[in-house]
Amino acid sequence: MPDIHLFKVAAPNVAKKAQAGQFVVIRIDERGERIPLTIADWDREEGSITIVFMEVGTTTRRLALLETGDFIADFIGPLGLPTHIEKFGTVICVAGGFAVATIMPIARAMRIEGNRVISIMGARNKSLIFWEDKLRGVSDQLIVTTDDGSHARQGLVTEPLKELLETGEKIDRVIAIGPSIMMKFCAKTTQPFGVKTIVSLNPIMVDGTGMCGCCRVSVGGVTKFACVDGPDFDGHQVDWDLLFARQRIYLDEEKRSFEQWQSQYGTRS
Amino acid sequence: MPKQVPNLRARNFNEVALGYTAEQAQAEANRCIQCPKHSCIDGCPVEIDIPGFIKAIRDDDMPEAVRIMKDKNSLPGICGRVCPQETQCEAACSLAKKGAPIAIGRLERYVADWERANVKSAGSPIVQPAPTSKRVAVVGSGPASLTAAADLAKLGHSVTIFEALHVAGGVLMYGIPEFRLPKDIVQAEVGYVVSLGIELELDTVVGKTVTVDELLSNGYQAVFLGPGAGAPMFLNIPGENLNGIYSANEFLTRVNLMKAYRFSEYDTPVKVGKRVAVIGGGNVAMDSARCALRLGADEVYIIYRRSEVEMPARREEVENAMEEGIQFKLLTNPKSCIGDESGQVKALELYEMELGEPDDSGRRRPIPKPGTEYIFDIDVVVVALGTRPNPIIPSTTKDLETTRWGTILTDEVTGKTSKLGVWCGGDMATGAATVISAMGAGKRAATNIDEYLEA
Repeated sequence: MPDIHLFKVAAPNVAKKAQAGQFVVIRIDERGERIPLTIADWDREEGSITIVFMEVGTTTRRLALLETGDFIADFIGPLGLPTHIEKFGTVICVAGGFAVATIMPIARAMRIEGNRVISIMGARNKSLIFWEDKLRGVSDQLIVTTDDGSHARQGLVTEPLKELLETGEKIDRVIAIGPSIMMKFCAKTTQPFGVKTIVSLNPIMVDGTGMCGCCRVSVGGVTKFACVDGPDFDGHQVDWDLLFARQRIYLDEEKRSFEQWQSQYGTRS
Repeated sequence: MPKQVPNLRARNFNEVALGYTAEQAQAEANRCIQCPKHSCIDGCPVEIDIPGFIKAIRDDDMPEAVRIMKDKNSLPGICGRVCPQETQCEAACSLAKKGAPIAIGRLERYVADWERANVKSAGSPIVQPAPTSKRVAVVGSGPASLTAAADLAKLGHSVTIFEALHVAGGVLMYGIPEFRLPKDIVQAEVGYVVSLGIELELDTVVGKTVTVDELLSNGYQAVFLGPGAGAPMFLNIPGENLNGIYSANEFLTRVNLMKAYRFSEYDTPVKVGKRVAVIGGGNVAMDSARCALRLGADEVYIIYRRSEVEMPARREEVENAMEEGIQFKLLTNPKSCIGDESGQVKALELYEMELGEPDDSGRRRPIPKPGTEYIFDIDVVVVALGTRPNPIIPSTTKDLETTRWGTILTDEVTGKTSKLGVWCGGDMATGAATVISAMGAGKRAATNIDEYLEA
């Protein structure tokens, strides 16, 4: 799969506690930055955590170069509040891109709790589809979309989401996780139907424990720290423009850092 | 004490104060009259035998000076640099009544630096105490925790420190900048504490990775909480979430802990800014302003709502900042933050204040002057208004009472909390305070924990 990676990391203390919706903060080595990554799965007996990430900047590209048996200097968690799981009735779980790995444990937990789970997963094209069977296995119904139609249904995840809401069937909750723009549009889709929609926000973080305030987001007009008050929030209350702006703070620096890294170490073929 | 000259040091992160030479230390030690009152010791929260170590310097017996110092204080290189001696030991010095008190802090620093330069092993020979088979978990690795951990280890208890970040030292590492407290000195003193036989578990967020209750049921007979009051406060004014507006915690963490001042050798970035405004008048505000200057800002302003005399920062730090060219906009307060279309801060709306009657803190209350608003161009803002307690531990620990400020309810003398087997000290017990007051709390709690374990 281009650019998207799943790593299994031996981290028994984190695995002991991990719950659906939480994340870890990692630092590759002494000179690395601290970045948050979603927990995709865990195995308490084996003492492992599965993380998922996409290559977007220096840190994730460096991470992608690690091989089986290599070490990550720091792996901290589980952080953030777990996703609120209870028996709501019918829950739609929507995943955009590699967030299929984030939504899987949530869908699984929702189903174990007794909910009817309808999952929707979407990706740009067929080559970016993974964990389709895994998500199907924990859902009562699964709808798959690709932007270009190279696999399953052509279109965006918001389209089947809207259709499901329009059938008039009682939907008790929607969980939408993926790129910020996708979460924003999922929330916009559900708003007219008045269905509570939970999104998992992914602002830039440093410590991930509520110490720095880098990850502040505005929800219902109130400033919250995504690392300790979230990452889950009511999608209808989120100030999306603020989130988009804050995610772009370091675009210039990120570019500089990546160019330097690239000139130093070259690129993979 | 010699310092780097202002125009030079304002552009580097090397230590500002250069420390005494042997001759200067001798001369200063010789001024001590060895008065029988020893009131300086009463002024020290950790009760160092100050006349004793000064006498050892005078006698040119430096190993003895080190021994006396470390009997009470495991972190002398740190305290010698960041303690507000002028309000503690030096204020109590008999010479202070007639003239300049003995520069106790500078001599303390001299002793610590002498040891680091001249003693190969991690410290003076460690006398192994008889193990007690009692286990204590210490949460956090800032000044309160390091002191409690060291004292408990010296008493023979088996101590494990749990630190949330990837390096030990807490605020000494992420908060106080390199030019005021070099990080290799912090790590040397952390190394000394660990060498007392302490286990150090980094990357462990108590309340998340493991809870206090789990520590107590998994073999620890006592828990000391010294996590600091880690959550930043903001102004709650419009526009505060614009890009380029940092809490001091974030700004300093990026610069000090993550070494953003060496970006892109290190991967963590920070916005440098041409015109930087730091809101607040404490030591953290001075540290932030002086960091911004050293990162390369053209102009750096301290914006403080009271006047110079009410500033909570140490006088020495205010003077250092002024010498380096930090500009002070006093009796001034921000009303809102103004951004451009990309969401980047471009200006602050400021207004003037005047001082009214004293408030609860005893300082004169600042009152807004109506109609004085104006726009002040700025591209980076650092909010240094203090911290509040991080709720992670109280919210995940059963039967741990908190105060209405969110701090953990703690007995000032013993450090006991409302929960059996749990003690607390430092900012999490008192709200934001100084390194040395946290160390004093760590010491008192260690004494009480020892009594509890031996009972």
